[in-house]
Amino acid sequence: MSLPQFEVLQPATLGEALKILSEVKGAEPIAGGTNLIVDMRAGTHRPKVVVDVAALRDLHGIEVTGPEVVIGAATTIAEMLESPILMKHAPVLVLACSSFANALIRNRATVGGNLVTAAPCSDTAPALLTLDAEVKLASVRGTRRVPLDRYLVSAFSTVRRSDELLVSVRFPVPSATAAAAFRKMGLRKVSCMAKVDVAVMLDADAAGRCTSARIAIAAASPIAVRARAAEAALIGKPITPEAIAAAASLTAKAAAPRAGSEYKLSVVQGLARRLLAEAARALARGGTNA
Amino acid sequence: MPNKRKVVLRVNGRQHEVALDPNVSLLQALRDLGHTDVKNGCEIGECGACAVLLNGKAVNSCMVLAWQADGAEVVTNAGLGTMDKPHVIQEAFADAGAVQCGYCTPGMVISAKALLDRNPDPSEAEIREAISGNLCRCTGYGQIIEAVQLASRRLREGPAASLTGERAAPCGALTQEGDSPRLPGSTEQRARRGGDRR
Repeated sequence: MSLPQFEVLQPATLGEALKILSEVKGAEPIAGGTNLIVDMRAGTHRPKVVVDVAALRDLHGIEVTGPEVVIGAATTIAEMLESPILMKHAPVLVLACSSFANALIRNRATVGGNLVTAAPCSDTAPALLTLDAEVKLASVRGTRRVPLDRYLVSAFSTVRRSDELLVSVRFPVPSATAAAAFRKMGLRKVSCMAKVDVAVMLDADAAGRCTSARIAIAAASPIAVRARAAEAALIGKPITPEAIAAAASLTAKAAAPRAGSEYKLSVVQGLARRLLAEAARALARGGTNA
Repeated sequence: MPNKRKVVLRVNGRQHEVALDPNVSLLQALRDLGHTDVKNGCEIGECGACAVLLNGKAVNSCMVLAWQADGAEVVTNAGLGTMDKPHVIQEAFADAGAVQCGYCTPGMVISAKALLDRNPDPSEAEIREAISGNLCRCTGYGQIIEAVQLASRRLREGPAASLTGERAAPCGALTQEGDSPRLPGSTEQRARRGGDRR
């Protein structure tokens, strides 16, 4: 079965790519294509022109720039999985990447593509939300940085305008003492779409009082979200089993599963309790992360 | 109609120059060039039957547009070895009885190659994870996993190595795997537990 016809443009620079996106009506960027090609084959998405951004240098690389970790949008999930920088600073993201589809897909799919598609079950989104990530959007009009939780609007919907290209995703280098955990629940142990993703990151002072709590969930609401009320309930207090149980119950309140999927509320609550306890244990050991 | 694009594909060491519409997948291009060892299964990246090495990385060729592979090095299962001179992995698949209908085999071999290139001595869990993008609807996963273990051992210890001894017999020990990779324990432990039904 063949794909519908379309044109391809292959800009050599980011500037050229942005010019095309602003001038050519209906032009859409393609990097790995693991979502776009499937959607085009199914006929649910029919761009007339695709703009090949996979080779643009500005969209590649994982680096620590001053206080931030910056990941180029065309970085593949496999590249993130093998990144010593992410292993050191953001193991929660590496865990999310290790749960992402399978090795064949991970070699093509990109972090930018995952965030531009903005599927409810994105695996990178909840991990990046706990890292307080921002996306950088560029167009001929200029660039803007948008916090990930404001960028993600609803299922398959973001604040990105059609002339904008997602260039990079970035987050502040997390505290060295922070501890994180991530768990995906799907129909198989590997190579599946998430039924529920939960990511958490905790930090505490020397007295064991919680100084920072970030909890994010995916696939249990129209789009990945932070559980802000649950986070607020933890901050400033000792991380006791009771505090964790209360936060887990508040995390489930942040979920909004589709009718018929109410079971996800219990899954979110259970996973949140387990992961918060895991992160709290790692904090108590003084070890970092996951 | 869009313009055809000139695409240079280097497949199994041979260079092809073809003019293709932008919507032609690498899978379709390879099969049209006669590389029918690359199987067309689902065309949505679910089954892995079309897996090839693209610049050394295993990918679903149905999820790559031919122009995206312009100038790249493509290796298919047949590029690893031939009937006369099979690759160690291919021979291990035959010896372990890992080929039933054979449709998934080229993709399985490619995923196994990508794994063993990076990790010469993978654990069973790592093998299960590495082939999780390849579906075998004959459900012969047990033998496939043993074939990869056998290939790994032969690549490290030489062609005389076998899976006898502490391992389960290569054939027939595991036939109830379904699609649940990453079961805990070695093949031997599971065989002792009396199969894989959980």
